[in-house]
Amino acid sequence: MATTEEHLADENYAVFIPNTHEGNQLLKPRSETKAKELMREVGSVLRMSEAEAAQLGDLPDDPEDDQTMIINMGPQHPSTHGVLRLMLELQGEQVLRCKPIIGYLHTGMEKTAESLTYMQGGTNVTRMDYLSPFNNELAFSMATEQLLGITGDIPERATWIRMLMVEMNRIASHLLFMATNGMDLGAVSMMIYGWREREEVLRFFQEVTGLRMNHNYIRPGGVAADLPAGWRDGVQNLLDMLPPRLDEYDILMTGQPIWRERLQGVGVITPSEALALGATGPIVRSTGVEWDLRRDMPYLEYDKLDFDVIVGSYGDAFDRYAIRLAEIRESMKLVQQIIDLMPEGDYRIQDKKVTPPPRARIDESMEALIHHFKIFTEGFKVPEGEVYVGIESPRGELGCYIASDGSPTPYRMHMRDASFTNIQCLPHMMRGGLVADAVAVISSVDPVLGGVDR
Amino acid sequence: MSDTVTELHGCAVSDSCGQEVIHPTREQYLDLVKALADDGYTICVDLCGVDYLHHLDRPLPDGVAPERFEVVVNLLDIGNRRRTRVRVQVPESDPVVASLFDLHPGTEAPERETYDMFGIEFTDHPDLTRILMPEDWIGHPLRKDYAIGRIPVQFKETSN
Repeated sequence: MATTEEHLADENYAVFIPNTHEGNQLLKPRSETKAKELMREVGSVLRMSEAEAAQLGDLPDDPEDDQTMIINMGPQHPSTHGVLRLMLELQGEQVLRCKPIIGYLHTGMEKTAESLTYMQGGTNVTRMDYLSPFNNELAFSMATEQLLGITGDIPERATWIRMLMVEMNRIASHLLFMATNGMDLGAVSMMIYGWREREEVLRFFQEVTGLRMNHNYIRPGGVAADLPAGWRDGVQNLLDMLPPRLDEYDILMTGQPIWRERLQGVGVITPSEALALGATGPIVRSTGVEWDLRRDMPYLEYDKLDFDVIVGSYGDAFDRYAIRLAEIRESMKLVQQIIDLMPEGDYRIQDKKVTPPPRARIDESMEALIHHFKIFTEGFKVPEGEVYVGIESPRGELGCYIASDGSPTPYRMHMRDASFTNIQCLPHMMRGGLVADAVAVISSVDPVLGGVDR
Repeated sequence: MSDTVTELHGCAVSDSCGQEVIHPTREQYLDLVKALADDGYTICVDLCGVDYLHHLDRPLPDGVAPERFEVVVNLLDIGNRRRTRVRVQVPESDPVVASLFDLHPGTEAPERETYDMFGIEFTDHPDLTRILMPEDWIGHPLRKDYAIGRIPVQFKETSN
């Protein structure tokens, strides 16, 4: 091993460490873990300082370290939804402590974003939470538009197209949740149905954007292309096809005793705990907190639409399942309204600074060609400032924080992905449950590791 | 914002794209977040760092001295449906800030991420270790003086 000094002398820091170990990320024995952390896992005193907790003097009377077993789950476990690794401390079959370990999919996208223009940024962010690409693009585009000061000039049709896509995306994402949640608990037919229905939604995406995932369709200033001819039929077919199939899910899962047995009362979390841990989306809604950014801090045109915020009451895994199933229906309701209300007009802003000239003009005019070339090579300059925009993605609040220094690339772009904070609820939800329940809990949180690690 | 508040809990307040931003010093930081929590900002949505190495002359309100690092905290008040943002200046010579863990347990992972990516340390954080990079990684990737770099190729085709 080279010394630190030698590494620092290396010009580009590109150090490949041959024997990376997992030292600090191990679940440490209790004697070495701060009481604060232990208390957090117990969760009963989430908002107490260590001193207050010590006064209570009731650190969980857990067994000695030699009575327990620490096992490793993941990062290649089929039910950890990607590359999430969990260190579980077990006593018999009971989970006492759990430590989620992430970073196996760390792609450095925030660093990459600093060398991409705002025009290219969409291709980067769309790959973060890969099950809700439209949401990522929307957050990024809205943040950029706020910095440019053109939020009010976005054509109406662009806004409505964005809403249509984002809601369809929510349907696709929740359908995949249904599939994986079923698979994790052994309902393999549910998995097949879930993928099958999602395929139909992706087919629509492919008609519109040309891609099934990672679309880069929503861009600063509007959307990349207008909806294709006959898009209404595509959406309508989907809306006609889904309800009976969702009813099938109800028959297959919701009312089924085995399913309920596996989910009810598993991974319970209280409202105050969920809020303290910063959980958003279906997790916080399952505890009974009515918080949905679409309704409470409307963006786009959500205030013109009529939909319900689905709220659970027990905060268990079954609530989270039921909420997502109901949210699919709500999104369908929204999509139906969007079809009826879709206005005509431009699909992107006609501000020459942001939007490249239409393809046909490039063949006719040299200026247009130069302009096109400039926008795609240098990008457009964005005024100095910083902005945070939060939207409601299928997993919770998806925020985009951009600090700009007036150049065509973001000076710093940070994505606040919902999965990243939601994963922190795992130790707390799993405590006292069985290993089999741990799988149900991970599944009900529905983390997407692309978004967690960015 | 109709009323232009320039000070809140003794800290300078600025406006960014219509959003309220509060600039406490490092000493005021923890008390400010506590005071804001009492005002209703009970949820810490996001915490991240920014390295302003190449942009030290960024616009800041009067009385706020720019430093190399900033810690940016986004707070949410779900009762009154409003957001606020807190920006703390952190000097390069002593990159240490108080941890919000006691107030908002949900900052545990974001603070670790900020430590991992920028080398900003959080006092009283229960488990300040790297979260995204391997533990023995050298350097802090999101710092501006950390080149994008690359990992050398490990496997090549055989010579014949």
